[in-house]
Amino acid sequence: MTVSAPTLLKAPFLHYEFDQAYDEMFESPGVPRPHYQALYRTLRELPPEELRKSQQAADLSFLHQGITFTVYGTKEGTERIFPNDLLPRIIPGNEWRKIEQGLTQRITALNLFLKDIYHDGRILSDGIVPRELVYSCRHFRREMRGLNVPRDIYVSVCGTDLVRLPDGGFAVLEDNLRVPSGVSYMLANRKVLKRVFPTLFRDYGVFPIDHYAQALLSTLRALPPANCTARNEPCTVLLTPGVFNSAYFEHTFLAQQMGIELVEGRDLLVHDNIVFMRTTAGLRRVDVIYRRVDDDFLDPLCFRPDSSLGVPGLFNAYRAGNVTLANAIGTGVADDKAMYAYVPSIIRYYLDQDPILPSVKTYLLNDRSERDYVLEHLDTLVVKAVGESGGYGMLIGPHSTSEQREEFRQRILAQPRDYIAQPTLALSRAACFLDGEVESRHVDLRPYILYSGSVTLVPGGLTRVALQRGSLVVNSSQGGGSKDTWVLRDEKTQDPRTPAEF
Amino acid sequence: MLSRVADSLYWMSRYLERAEHTARLMDVDLQLRLDQSAESSTGRWLRLIEALHVPATLVGSVDGGNLAHTLTFSRVNPSSIVSCIAAAREDLRHVREQCSSEMWEQLNRLYLQMLSNPPESTWILESHSIFRAVQEGAHLFQGITDSTMTHGEGWHFIQLGRFVERTDAVAALIGTHFARLAHSPDQAVEGTEYLEWVGLLKCCTAFEAYCKTYSAELRPLRVAEFLLLNSDFPHSVRFSVESVHAALRLIGELTERKVTQPVRLAGRLRAALSFSQIEEIIAGGAYVYLEDVRRQCGQVHTAIQQIYFDYAIEPTMVA
Repeated sequence: MTVSAPTLLKAPFLHYEFDQAYDEMFESPGVPRPHYQALYRTLRELPPEELRKSQQAADLSFLHQGITFTVYGTKEGTERIFPNDLLPRIIPGNEWRKIEQGLTQRITALNLFLKDIYHDGRILSDGIVPRELVYSCRHFRREMRGLNVPRDIYVSVCGTDLVRLPDGGFAVLEDNLRVPSGVSYMLANRKVLKRVFPTLFRDYGVFPIDHYAQALLSTLRALPPANCTARNEPCTVLLTPGVFNSAYFEHTFLAQQMGIELVEGRDLLVHDNIVFMRTTAGLRRVDVIYRRVDDDFLDPLCFRPDSSLGVPGLFNAYRAGNVTLANAIGTGVADDKAMYAYVPSIIRYYLDQDPILPSVKTYLLNDRSERDYVLEHLDTLVVKAVGESGGYGMLIGPHSTSEQREEFRQRILAQPRDYIAQPTLALSRAACFLDGEVESRHVDLRPYILYSGSVTLVPGGLTRVALQRGSLVVNSSQGGGSKDTWVLRDEKTQDPRTPAEF
Repeated sequence: MLSRVADSLYWMSRYLERAEHTARLMDVDLQLRLDQSAESSTGRWLRLIEALHVPATLVGSVDGGNLAHTLTFSRVNPSSIVSCIAAAREDLRHVREQCSSEMWEQLNRLYLQMLSNPPESTWILESHSIFRAVQEGAHLFQGITDSTMTHGEGWHFIQLGRFVERTDAVAALIGTHFARLAHSPDQAVEGTEYLEWVGLLKCCTAFEAYCKTYSAELRPLRVAEFLLLNSDFPHSVRFSVESVHAALRLIGELTERKVTQPVRLAGRLRAALSFSQIEEIIAGGAYVYLEDVRRQCGQVHTAIQQIYFDYAIEPTMVA
């Protein structure tokens, strides 16, 4: 049967594009995958006006709730709403289980790795990971050498970015082991979608995610410092850089949901290596800090002296075992984009297992031959700065100008250790509601992993969308949006009322 | 409660009260102008500027209509209505997790509403609805606060901010009025002056309440008694000071600290207002008396800052 694609597409899918990327919704043009059939039917039947109204209502409610983020480096104002797409991205239960296993394996290995490099360095002596790679990492903290952290857990909150490759399998794109953000959008999106598609949501049998905040609180409370004196639960606070941080909304949201104090650096002080917060009732001792401030800014006496976001003396209190920081200091060494290339070896070394989730081929630019190859193929590769996140400092070869490529060539030659390159990936495409039509856009997936000895994964995560046609960049700061992610309970991966038509 | 949070709630409340007060004063002024000669309008406008503490540099640089626009919309002028609402929103944004989502949404909505800045040449046609929107927005926020937020420490700091601001603003308003207008305080006012006293009452939402108590015959002495010493009217100075005192006592209990300075200062002012005779106040000079009320109110404010927001660490160090 050979029918040209457009005749198979019906409204509102008339402008739906296909290319070599994996399509989340369709097996082939016009034929939805089994777990997408109910949604497909709903979209075919629903008047576009209805959806458009829901979209406007959702946008307005985001604006009124102030669910906004701050864009750095632009003059016009700073607050923007984080665009939310109304159509859910649906993941069958069996696919999710594999992701879950893969991420559990990964966070376990990375924690063992961090403990090792900040203590005995066995993996370095055994030559699995090059010593110079660790020591040259901007996020390696000498100050952490030999310091024991509660229960040997360095990373307790992690957000790992996954992409789906053209063959349909998920691969890890990068880990965020420092201060991953975005979880509030995951929860806000779910709230909106439950309002827009109540019946569809119920019939699909979607795993709930609302317990995230509670799970986060339990994770933090499970890590009291060595010298904790609290009689009941340890006093836990969320440390934010303040209202000008791009993720400030999320900080307030999480603090509220967990029922803990949201503190800024100026609310805390250290006396005799004990951390206190300044309250109207006097000073109160703090035991666990869920910090959303980067290492560099935590303590001006220890790290950047010009930081006014941190707390002078905090690191000494940490060293003395009087306070827990989550995540620990120095975890950035394990999510360095160059270290990423070694994670499969790290998993094999500590766990004696093969990685469940594959990684993406990564070229390390301080290796001569790899560097030469990359410089010759800049127009097909993606180059990333190792220490950056949020889509800043990135070159996407196929979409770049020759000036940009030349600029990156110079930068790579000057500081090869600061960059890596990867093939340009065809991120999978998902259906999005744009301007009254359903079109396809590239997406990734960031599940959030909580670790306090055992792993808690809230089913789903944040699906980020590159809203501009053809764009591969999903970061919110670069014009990305997000959508809700539905992980299905097994028995209902298929809509029970109507068997798939083939 | 974190000191910074209490500080933000307190100031948020003060700024919002300030925006509401300014909006009401200007609204009343623009309405009264319609009935008045240019001369008396100018006189009242000058008193209004004094009561709002508009800096002389600003007054010198723009004329009446433009000044009203500046006092409403200018972001350069920190005490304009828009600036006050923006500052209140910014304060609340810093402590969002401490208030209910409904409160935040209402204040945010009011702020977004005020961002549509109408052109200077035509705004006067819409001014009434703009000022109304500010007052209603503030009232709605207050109602939402009372019905959705726990009446705990944070709520008391909000009350505290509102009534400290109100004490100061109403005292300043009555003071400037009496300094210029009360020639024979115990006689009913007539003619053009009548409108001035109606205006003063309306600036405190007190005209109807006054009429219920004393009838529509306006005597400066009674107006002063009502706005200054009435114990039940929410915009009177005495009511405001009693609310400050009550909030401070409850905060004192909730924080379980043996501090008495703010409560003592507020209590002293409260006692003075509770037991004063209006005739004595007028005889001694209403303006002088009210300036003293404002000075004491300032002391209460300073004591709140020093005890709750910005205290020295050593004496409070826990064991």
